[in-house]
Amino acid sequence: MGLQIIKPDTRLDFIGYRRWAFAFSALLILVGLASLFVKGGPRYGIDFAGGIIIQAKVQADHDLNIREVQDAVKSVKLPGLVVQEILDEKNEYLIRTSASDVDTEVVKEELVNAISTAFNGAGVDVRRTEMVGPKVSDDLRSKALEAMFYAVLLIAIYISGRFEQRWMAAAVMAAGLFAGITALQFLGMSMSVLIIGALAITLGLCWYLKLNYALGAVAALVHDVMITVGVFSLLDKEFDLTIIAALLTIIGYSLNDTIIVFDRIRENVKGRSGDKLKSIINLSVNQTLSRTILTSGTTLLVVFALFAFGGSAIHDFALAMLVGIGIGTYSSIFVASPILLGFGPSVPTDGEAPSKAVKA
Amino acid sequence: MNTILRWKIILTVAVVLLGFYLALPSLPGVKGTALEKILPHDAINLGLDLKGGIFLTLEVNMDKAVDTKLRRLAQELKDYAEERGVGFLNPKVLDDGTIEVNLHDTAHQDTLDNVISDNFSIMTPSVESLPNGGLRYVLTVSPDYIERFKTETMRQTVEIVRNRIDRRGVVEPDIREQEGNRIQIQLPGMEDAEQAIKVITQMGQLEFKIEASGVSVEQARQNPLEYEVAFVQDDPGAPIVLRKNPVLTGEYIADAAPQFDRNNRPYVMLELDSRGATIFEQVTAANVNKRLAIILDGRVYSAPVINERIGGGRASITGNFTVQKAKDLVTVLKDALPAPVEKAAESTIGPSLGQESIDKGINAAIIGLTLVVVFMVIYYGVAGLFANIVLVLNIILILAGLGAFGATLTLPGIAGIILTMGMAVDANVIIFERIREELRRGLTPKAAVQEGYGRATLTIMDANVTTVIAAMILYQFGTGPVRGFAVTLTLGIITSMFTAIFVSRVLFELYTQNKDSQAKISI
Repeated sequence: MGLQIIKPDTRLDFIGYRRWAFAFSALLILVGLASLFVKGGPRYGIDFAGGIIIQAKVQADHDLNIREVQDAVKSVKLPGLVVQEILDEKNEYLIRTSASDVDTEVVKEELVNAISTAFNGAGVDVRRTEMVGPKVSDDLRSKALEAMFYAVLLIAIYISGRFEQRWMAAAVMAAGLFAGITALQFLGMSMSVLIIGALAITLGLCWYLKLNYALGAVAALVHDVMITVGVFSLLDKEFDLTIIAALLTIIGYSLNDTIIVFDRIRENVKGRSGDKLKSIINLSVNQTLSRTILTSGTTLLVVFALFAFGGSAIHDFALAMLVGIGIGTYSSIFVASPILLGFGPSVPTDGEAPSKAVKA
Repeated sequence: MNTILRWKIILTVAVVLLGFYLALPSLPGVKGTALEKILPHDAINLGLDLKGGIFLTLEVNMDKAVDTKLRRLAQELKDYAEERGVGFLNPKVLDDGTIEVNLHDTAHQDTLDNVISDNFSIMTPSVESLPNGGLRYVLTVSPDYIERFKTETMRQTVEIVRNRIDRRGVVEPDIREQEGNRIQIQLPGMEDAEQAIKVITQMGQLEFKIEASGVSVEQARQNPLEYEVAFVQDDPGAPIVLRKNPVLTGEYIADAAPQFDRNNRPYVMLELDSRGATIFEQVTAANVNKRLAIILDGRVYSAPVINERIGGGRASITGNFTVQKAKDLVTVLKDALPAPVEKAAESTIGPSLGQESIDKGINAAIIGLTLVVVFMVIYYGVAGLFANIVLVLNIILILAGLGAFGATLTLPGIAGIILTMGMAVDANVIIFERIREELRRGLTPKAAVQEGYGRATLTIMDANVTTVIAAMILYQFGTGPVRGFAVTLTLGIITSMFTAIFVSRVLFELYTQNKDSQAKISI
């Protein structure tokens, strides 16, 4: 047999650490929320905020200082004008303005002229321009939220149906969610309220219908997304469409791990119906530990390659994936499984007779 | 070798060959060689973010288009009524999209009712008495009619945008209608973005409006529903007051051509279709000695005085034109957009940037692939080698799929392929760990492999379904590049299921074929 990172007889008491894990998760989430609160919400990229971005390479013979470039474009009076350096690109900058009601061509010309004048007539190569009008950015924002909402909904329904073979309960949950969301929409709530509402309803229904696997999985994915968003806020990164794509992928991927653990729990519950749930969960997490670490590890390897060598355009996307997959692995071990225990699943719980459990 | 295994091998080889056949045209270095001739011509489409080009979203100002349509309907109603002796109707389009007319002489009520029911059956009138003894008609245009008008306007706009782009000779433009009255345009590799966008978005909306004689500028400003104040272009003289409702619009234009007058000054000759000619004749007859403003895209080009009724449907637009300007004007008029369009979003990517993205993407993919390949061999030995073989096969199948389905590869799409490389070995890791477990339980290699694949398959399916759900939602809600990501991710998951579950099992079965129960396998 080849190498082994995790010894087969490893018996770590993950459930025993759950209070620490919950405290740790709560801390991460709170720090993220605090950062969002202090900064007045997420920093939206041009997709969601609207405006104009111009990516320009200055053909100067020496290395420029970003300060100089900032000073150079100051003369162009545009609202919210920001200059950003592009990582690992010499003399290449992203210049952004929040104005979208002006002509892109005019903005481009003025900026190029200003930079050229400031650096003794240096040539400026505009490599990319992007303009997103206010209507389109509004649309993209609500579409992104909608996408997150449907992802949570479909995944919750899938897991409750697939895992507990309770498609009826899953259908009830879908109907309940639909009714709740329609009611919220009827009250004219904004999309972000709808999302929070949908999550609350999902978690509430999972709990009420005793769809515990779904409850654990959904709680874990909400956990992962919140922490990734928090980290992005802390690092002052912008949210745009590709980050939403990353978040959705994280949701899908983090469940990947969770499902492997849950699958094992289910298998072990059938095989060892006499055992206490706590030890079954612990055993299952330990048995799947090497897979969980290895699968995430290989994915993290390639995402890291993407992060380090993929270029500036994909950098933030890769960062979101790195954070999300890392947190997702942690949450499938320390968050999803303990929740399964905490809410009394449809298997023999501590001290209960097995016969009673079969019906549940 | 048993029969089932033999068939599995045949199937595997067939899929591998097909994959290579479909993927080869997309691989670098194949283009231009003799090999290219025998291959399918389905090289992967590169998205604009990789190829460079213009990505434009236009929004049709449908409110404005509907308003213009209503104003014209109101004007037509007035014309019809006047023909039958009903005058002074003062039609107005109200903010709620209804048309109001005031009838002072109630003796004409039947005539007006007949005009409405005979010629304007799309309108439903409600009538109320005015304090001065007259009647106030509020006409509601049927929503069906408005809907049809909107659909038709969108269709026409897309068509005209397409014509304008085709005339510029862009290779493979992609133009499609989107929800929210938007049109999405992708122009690959266009150098002169500025000019292209200008030509595409230029409206060419032509309107004729009649001067409101005897109305002062102040009065007009106080009553913006009925009048508007305008300046004739290139004429710094006094403003003229116009009736808000256009008497005629560009949709009745049959032809336009540049002409020269006696002094050899260029002007533009317009020819109207039969319906336009009829309207124009009525309008000129009813407004002799008033000025007729000729308005293009909101600018009054000229406002000549109507000397007499003009029949035959010919009109001329005069102004201080140069020959080139007159020609440009003709081009625009000949395919005028039926409604105003605004640029809702735009992005232009230079070709050098696109190439750089591809290079970096491939670079990152190779590094990522190497890391995974090395790790798998070190960690799993021969089994790791199998995983690597199917991983490479998986990438080829993704490329083949992208080429065969005509999907578009975008920068996030490259990220999707790279991500899939990490996720593709997931399945094999799950299987291998299971096999190791079974081996520890004392099963023979053959049995352990059977058990491992058998038990892990369902788990892998389960795990991948959630990612596919997420990818499908992304496809549904995302635009352009993000869709590309969703496509490669989904494709990658499907192909990796096949390679990691089916093909790697074939390799394993061949490997364990002749091992007896005592032998060890490298895993």
